[in-house]
Amino acid sequence: MSYSKPEFKEKYHNFINGKFVPPIGGEYFENRSPIDNSLIAKYPRSQKEDVELALDAANAAKEAWGNTSATERATLLNKVADIIEANLEEFALVETCDNGKPIRETLNADIPLAVDHWRYFAACIRSEEGGATELDQNTLSMNIKEPLGVVGQIIPWNFPLLMLSWKMPPALVTGNCVVLKPAEQTPSSATLLMEKIADVFPPGVVNIIHGFGPEAGKPLASSSRVDKVAFTGETTTGQLIMQYASKNLNPVTMELGGKSPNVFFNSVMDEDDAYLDKAIEGAVLFAFNQGEVCTCPSRLLVQEDIYDAFMERVVARTKAIIQDNPYDVNTMVGAQASNDQYEKIQSYFKIGKEEGAKVLTGGAANKLSGDLANGFYIQPTILEGHNKMRVFQEEIFGPVLCVTKFKDEAEAIEIANDTLYGLGAGVWTRDAHQLYQIPRAIKAGRVWVNCYHAYPAHAPFGGYKKSGFGRENHVMMLNYYRQTKNMLISYDKNKLGFF
Amino acid sequence: MKRVEITEAAAKIVRQLQEAHGELIFHQSGGCCDGSSPMIFPEGELYLDESDILLGTIGDVNFYMNKDQFEYWRHTHLTVDITEGRGASFSLEIPLGLRFIIHSRLFTEAEGKAFNKL
Repeated sequence: MSYSKPEFKEKYHNFINGKFVPPIGGEYFENRSPIDNSLIAKYPRSQKEDVELALDAANAAKEAWGNTSATERATLLNKVADIIEANLEEFALVETCDNGKPIRETLNADIPLAVDHWRYFAACIRSEEGGATELDQNTLSMNIKEPLGVVGQIIPWNFPLLMLSWKMPPALVTGNCVVLKPAEQTPSSATLLMEKIADVFPPGVVNIIHGFGPEAGKPLASSSRVDKVAFTGETTTGQLIMQYASKNLNPVTMELGGKSPNVFFNSVMDEDDAYLDKAIEGAVLFAFNQGEVCTCPSRLLVQEDIYDAFMERVVARTKAIIQDNPYDVNTMVGAQASNDQYEKIQSYFKIGKEEGAKVLTGGAANKLSGDLANGFYIQPTILEGHNKMRVFQEEIFGPVLCVTKFKDEAEAIEIANDTLYGLGAGVWTRDAHQLYQIPRAIKAGRVWVNCYHAYPAHAPFGGYKKSGFGRENHVMMLNYYRQTKNMLISYDKNKLGFF
Repeated sequence: MKRVEITEAAAKIVRQLQEAHGELIFHQSGGCCDGSSPMIFPEGELYLDESDILLGTIGDVNFYMNKDQFEYWRHTHLTVDITEGRGASFSLEIPLGLRFIIHSRLFTEAEGKAFNKL
């Protein structure tokens, strides 16, 4: 079964104060589909004045919204979840068109997961209790959680609606107003969401600003009228946003990517069973979402005594990947999100080969036929080398796996941790001791054990080292969008006696 | 001999950005999404200190990289080029529908000797 490109309007607008508003300067940019480089629609090229309008609306709405009941806010989040779910196929198609990822992913992963995150945070706030402690017979310490106010959120293009659904629900459900800037490569699903939920929240609570980083992202991130900035992206922009936040003494959360190791110990091959089959798939998950995942398991570490046998199966499974029209439900790997990513990945093939990496499969662009010839397709690729090579150290953000071997546990840990980043990792073993000890020794915020690429709303996600700080998902996320008001209450009728 | 160079097409864009924004610097980013790309900012925009290495000057624009990242890049020669694309960073060329991109190659033996001491 195959879908086709969805219909779009000629142009779209920002969503500010409950309405669609054209950019003040009247400028738009063209958004193209990486599937065939065809025009999708025009989106606002917003400037500082547009951001200020959104901040006016959010600041005007924050008092009333912050005082709504948790019940009311949770109900609205659930309404959003129901609306996305009722239009799942439409969202999936728009997402595939905008990002280039295969429709089977958007239908089965991106959009259903997005729905679940709205529901999860609605549930969190309803089941939560505050804290009250009797410090002594007459003194009660009460902790009340209060919203921060207005939150600026800047999200990436690899999972557009899902990243919005990671960031927006916890901010909203805790009583904050949001101004969110989608990535300029993928503005469509956020816009579709605003069309569908335009009347759900009071005006000003949810605002979407489109545009370019230096023109719209910077005014949002540096504004003294936001109380927090949450960012997913890369290190240099992360540093800039922290600089701006330091001027405003604002909190930030940063999710800045990684170069995640996926470690396979020899016991995975003790049996040729369902578990081994799962492990092989676990190694091939590097190609999931065209490798455009912050936690892409892009470094494969295999114990030397199983290396040849294991890699034979990994290479065979990789060669079996179907890369074709992303609208076809059988397609497993689609297009890279933009031309510059496509070019960047190819430049890594070049330096990888120069450094002596051996190409086990792939290693080049994939020229598809017809309209798809204009799209940005890269063959799923496996490079064999060592961990000091640049392809092992930099986030390529493509379907590119770099594989190396290790002798023993100590060497596995050493290689796994020899990276600037620490976002994700995978550990695969049948050994009960390794199952616990190796994940504990790897410096990363999320270690998948005998699995990979699961992103449940109920598990915290975030980085160590240069992968950033702060966590997303999980109930703990609520406190990243709140302050603690401590009320210290005396029930003692007697004075202190000092004065 | 230089660690980092720039193509004529990229240099032309740099000059265009200089006219609009004044003095500029390049900083090589790491990490996800738009990472692993050179970014260009007005001088003074990005806080730089001894943890940033000055790899060289292209045109009259300084090119920096974080020291930790440089450790993994030090054996390679870099060329800044420009390509069509959209990035989500704050780099100044993005509104032009263009992205700076890095091409790398291994140092020649002579370059390796010359740059070893850095």
